[in-house]
Amino acid sequence: MPRLLRKRETLLFIIIAVMIAAFSTRADGFATPGNLSGIFNDTSILIILALAQMTVILTKSIDLSVAANLAFTGMAIAMLNATYPGLPLVVLILAAILIGACLGAINGFLVWALEIPPIVVTLGTLTIYRGMAFVLSGGEWVNAHQMTPTFLNVPRTVVMGMPILSWAAVIIVALIYVVLKYTQFGRSTYAAGGNPTAAVYAGIDVGWTKFLAFVLSGALAGLASYLWVSRYAVAYVDIANGFELDSVAACVIGGISIAGGVGSVLGTVLGALFLGVIKNALPVIGISPFTQMAISGTVIILAVVFNARRERNRGRIILRDKAAAEIPAEVAA
Amino acid sequence: MLMNNALQHNVASVAPGDVPAILEMRGISQIFPGVKALDNVSISLYPGKVTALIGENGAGKSTLVKILTGIYRPNEGEILVDGKVTTFANAQAAIDAGVTAIHQETVLFDELTVAENIFLGHAPRTRFRTIDWALMNSRAKALLVSLESNIDPTIRLKDLSIAQRHLVAISRALSIEARIVIMDEPTAALSRKEIDDLFRIVEGLKAQGKAILFISHKFDELYEIADNFAVFRDGRAVGHGNLKATPQDEIVRLMVGRDVENAFPKVDVAIGGPVLQVEKYCHQTEFRDISLTLRKGEILGIYGLIGAGRSELCQSLFGITKPLSGKLSLDGREIAINSPLDAIRAGIVYVPEERGRHGLALPMPIYQNMTLPSLGRTSRKGFLKAANEFALARKYAERLDLRAAALSVPVGTLSGGNQQKVVIGKWLATMPKVIILDEPTKGIDIGSKAAVHGFISELAAEGLSIIMISSELPEIIGMSDRVLVMKEGLSAGLFERKDLTPEALVRAATGNA
Repeated sequence: MPRLLRKRETLLFIIIAVMIAAFSTRADGFATPGNLSGIFNDTSILIILALAQMTVILTKSIDLSVAANLAFTGMAIAMLNATYPGLPLVVLILAAILIGACLGAINGFLVWALEIPPIVVTLGTLTIYRGMAFVLSGGEWVNAHQMTPTFLNVPRTVVMGMPILSWAAVIIVALIYVVLKYTQFGRSTYAAGGNPTAAVYAGIDVGWTKFLAFVLSGALAGLASYLWVSRYAVAYVDIANGFELDSVAACVIGGISIAGGVGSVLGTVLGALFLGVIKNALPVIGISPFTQMAISGTVIILAVVFNARRERNRGRIILRDKAAAEIPAEVAA
Repeated sequence: MLMNNALQHNVASVAPGDVPAILEMRGISQIFPGVKALDNVSISLYPGKVTALIGENGAGKSTLVKILTGIYRPNEGEILVDGKVTTFANAQAAIDAGVTAIHQETVLFDELTVAENIFLGHAPRTRFRTIDWALMNSRAKALLVSLESNIDPTIRLKDLSIAQRHLVAISRALSIEARIVIMDEPTAALSRKEIDDLFRIVEGLKAQGKAILFISHKFDELYEIADNFAVFRDGRAVGHGNLKATPQDEIVRLMVGRDVENAFPKVDVAIGGPVLQVEKYCHQTEFRDISLTLRKGEILGIYGLIGAGRSELCQSLFGITKPLSGKLSLDGREIAINSPLDAIRAGIVYVPEERGRHGLALPMPIYQNMTLPSLGRTSRKGFLKAANEFALARKYAERLDLRAAALSVPVGTLSGGNQQKVVIGKWLATMPKVIILDEPTKGIDIGSKAAVHGFISELAAEGLSIIMISSELPEIIGMSDRVLVMKEGLSAGLFERKDLTPEALVRAATGNA
């Protein structure tokens, strides 16, 4: 199946499998189902945020505020939980999704209505949302003992062999897959990023599509905030600091074109898992966190080089006829 | 295979005054996928002479300019500079050979200063290899003064008018000591006074012995400034000589001169009642007071020079831009079109001129491109149905004879001609009442053109109303039931089929009696 082999996702899957095999030769028990399921669970939040990021990147935008959104929303619901322990968890989760979506809508509005470049908008709101988290909490932490047991335990509860945290990621993967593949909004994200002008000519409101992508990204960041706060059982201003870059990295490794319009849900998930495996494996085989960062960075650059080469190849197909026409002239000369 | 055009070098390499040409192009051919943009053309440029390059849009003028500036390498032929064969391998080689081009929209850098623009790439250096700003500014000043201009070389280019930018471009040409200056429609955006100033400079360049290739659509200007002429048509050089000794009628005949009657077997279609009525459409900057009626089964041609406002008019009918005032009715009911979506829903579609840039998302599969404006119809309860999309795409792929390995491959992998078919299929799939075709055969070869024309006729026979923008006279005359000629944003006449002659249309479009 050479066609399947040439696909980015297959290649990434093989690389991950080889990595796991290699690590398991150095660390016993690395490749056991229990450990792998643990890695997946560890990577769940990254998967959700990477899918949020991917939706935005598909429209030729970027959302650098996802982690700051997570920090603010996480703080807000942690405080709600601490102050009103009687509130049902469902309400808190819905509140998290809603608050996140509102923050995403602010990004989307600025991009859509004021036509400010997304990188500038979200760089600004990144700082603002973290600042808001500080103002909200006054710099205080919300610790495990202030949270209700339900709040803390639900994501850890094992259902059908996996914690609910992992199931949340699985459900979101399925949801985003359906949204991108089977809805008009999904098609519009690809079209808006693939060729914005052609999208306009086809009757697609590119600005509105971007707005919706940011709202979706915010809502997912909101959901992720609850998962994060309950998993680490603490909320403070600096949680998930720098995590927006991990979400972008997962997309890039997964073959999502930063220029928009190209990418798959499977690619993003594999990109996130790739980072998850590295993060979990390197400490096991005794590599320091700083070396880990360098390794992650190298991988990201390699992925970008790989993407760029692929884009050039595509260009060559378009110019194939022209190139063929030019060769005789060169031979003659 | 490429040599089937016999040698027909009829251009003398020596001018009547026996001055040898500075630059001579011999038997140049440039082939693009499916198109022979230039077919065995020869042209000579003489010192101290202005040569007018004349031809319809698509005649190959721009291709020639790109070869002369080292952007394209011709498939055949040779370029001689001072009688020696020279290869223009890249833009720098052309500059080294003394060729420079001043483009319609000058290719300069808005955020750099005037002096930087003039000396970009060859700025004077200090001992430490850093840019010698003082020397650069003073040299720039001197160049501008020699052109009787008092532009401050230290201000940014973006603060200059278009005429001043031309001066900067000319200064740049002088700074690299160009001997061959190409001016590609330099007067398009200039006022009469600015044109007079420009022409004085051109006279100055002539006096310095520079050879000038001057491209313009405006005959009055050409007769004012040019000495020699060369006429291109469909990529061939069809005539050359002394311009002053050649009457304008003769030039027009050379430009359009072929039997247009038989080339386009337009099918006669029974024309029905009015479908689209446009009344007094005005735009802020692009056009004014345009009224037209499009009837069922009719092909309405819109002819005019580049910049006459034809595409802008049609884009406003499609909701890309908003008109300032005016009324639009479809099937007798007044409608408001505020976005392309409104237009598509009303049944008006627009197939843009730049089909790659405006028409296709290259990374997306063929079928997704085809169904993009029709997703409302192929979806069920808000969910996309791939099966319906494939069915719709297959229907139009078959109808248009689209050649592709599968409908799920990215459009970017198709050849140019097949990409065009995807664009057209995409719009037909919306089942429009009115289809606007902007230069439908631009950049495709003669054989494919005939197929496109046949297809347009077929659509009209099915009762579609068609607006066809075209700069090609044979096409517009051969295909249209009526022709609206636009000139500088205004209607310059509506011609019935029986009154369609090349001369009448060119005269209306260029405003020359």
